[in-house]
Amino acid sequence: MKDVKVLGPGCARCRATAQMVLDQAASLGIEVNVEKVTDYAAIAGFGIASTPGIVIDGKVVHAGGLPRPGDVARWLSA
Amino acid sequence: MNTGAPLLQGDWRGDPSQAWWVAGTALAVALWFVLYWQLVPFSEWVVSALALEEGSRLAEAVQFFVYDTPKVLMLLTLVVFAMGVVRSFFSAERTRTLLAGRRQGLGNVAAAGLGVVTPFCSCSAVPLFVGFVSAGVPLGVTFSFLIAAPMINEVALGLLFVLLGWKVALAYLAFGLGVAIVAGWVIGRLRLESWLEEWVRDVRASTAILPEGGETIADRIRAGIEALRDIVGRIWGWVIVGIAVGAFIHGYVPSALLASIMGRDVWWSVPAAVLIGIPIYSNAAGIIPVVEALIGKGAALGTVLAFMMSVIALSMPEMIILRKVLSLRLIAVFTSVVAAGILAVGFLFNALFT
Repeated sequence: MKDVKVLGPGCARCRATAQMVLDQAASLGIEVNVEKVTDYAAIAGFGIASTPGIVIDGKVVHAGGLPRPGDVARWLSA
Repeated sequence: MNTGAPLLQGDWRGDPSQAWWVAGTALAVALWFVLYWQLVPFSEWVVSALALEEGSRLAEAVQFFVYDTPKVLMLLTLVVFAMGVVRSFFSAERTRTLLAGRRQGLGNVAAAGLGVVTPFCSCSAVPLFVGFVSAGVPLGVTFSFLIAAPMINEVALGLLFVLLGWKVALAYLAFGLGVAIVAGWVIGRLRLESWLEEWVRDVRASTAILPEGGETIADRIRAGIEALRDIVGRIWGWVIVGIAVGAFIHGYVPSALLASIMGRDVWWSVPAAVLIGIPIYSNAAGIIPVVEALIGKGAALGTVLAFMMSVIALSMPEMIILRKVLSLRLIAVFTSVVAAGILAVGFLFNALFT
């Protein structure tokens, strides 16, 4: 079970990013627990400066803009 | 966004089809130019096909609309794509690293410049602000970035260039950077760090280290296409409304009336334009066609540019977002400093451009 956090105040791109994580995980057959972090202080605590951000098992892998689906798959299977 | 063609998806690093992306882009740009040069004959043809009375007010308004709409939309497509590619070389995190620990002065200059090219969306203004300040970017330098980023963008500069000429576009760029640099510097000198909301001062984040992308040319072209879909998809409605308002002004508002309100001789029109601009919210794409029509009717350039800067740089929605991190006092200082800068720009423009 991978613990994924999508960081962002709830904008359209943040939702699209969370959906992309779910889609990629489903197609790879990886079990994920996706949590959306919308609190600004919590987001800032991860040390990023742009959203949406992705944190997988406590490690920041992405910040700013919609990620590439291929990259999401790579991060999930790492 | 999983709706695109299969070509637009997936990871093609190490793919030999890089050349195809470059060739395809070159072809698309060439096609763009061919189409763009056909716009004047096209709009004349449409207006003549509508059989409107030559030189009538309605004909003037319709021609303005029919000519400007495809022109502005096409131009936006090219400029937004190009800027999307340029922005793929920058990120907010990298910019933060460049600015952290910078001193006032040079730091403000760097921040304003980076504000133009760093990808920025108003929905991430708060994370950006907190991320910058907690990583040791001085408050004034952060403000220089936050003023320049929305005010000087490719949409504004591209439209000014095509509709009003390169001199105006260049002057807007220079004066916009000037306002961002000076306003940020002033805010920095006032030492208002204690006026931040308490939780912001308490954030002690370690700076996240992101893996470098190793992006290919195809990735950057794709970033441009994505910017295109995102930005043009969001603003085309504003553009059409803006052009419709511009067309109305062009056809129906008498020049004498406008010149008496917004002309060069009316000194109070500049502060009035700034004040009126604060509660109005639009983006550059919606406001510039209006500006074009106003100038055509004898409004002074400095006055309308001050109005435009005020609408874009000082907006209520942005202040409501920033209220989460700034105290009301700090927002008031920010607004007054930026408004003073815009005021100066308005008077200066009116004095320079005759």
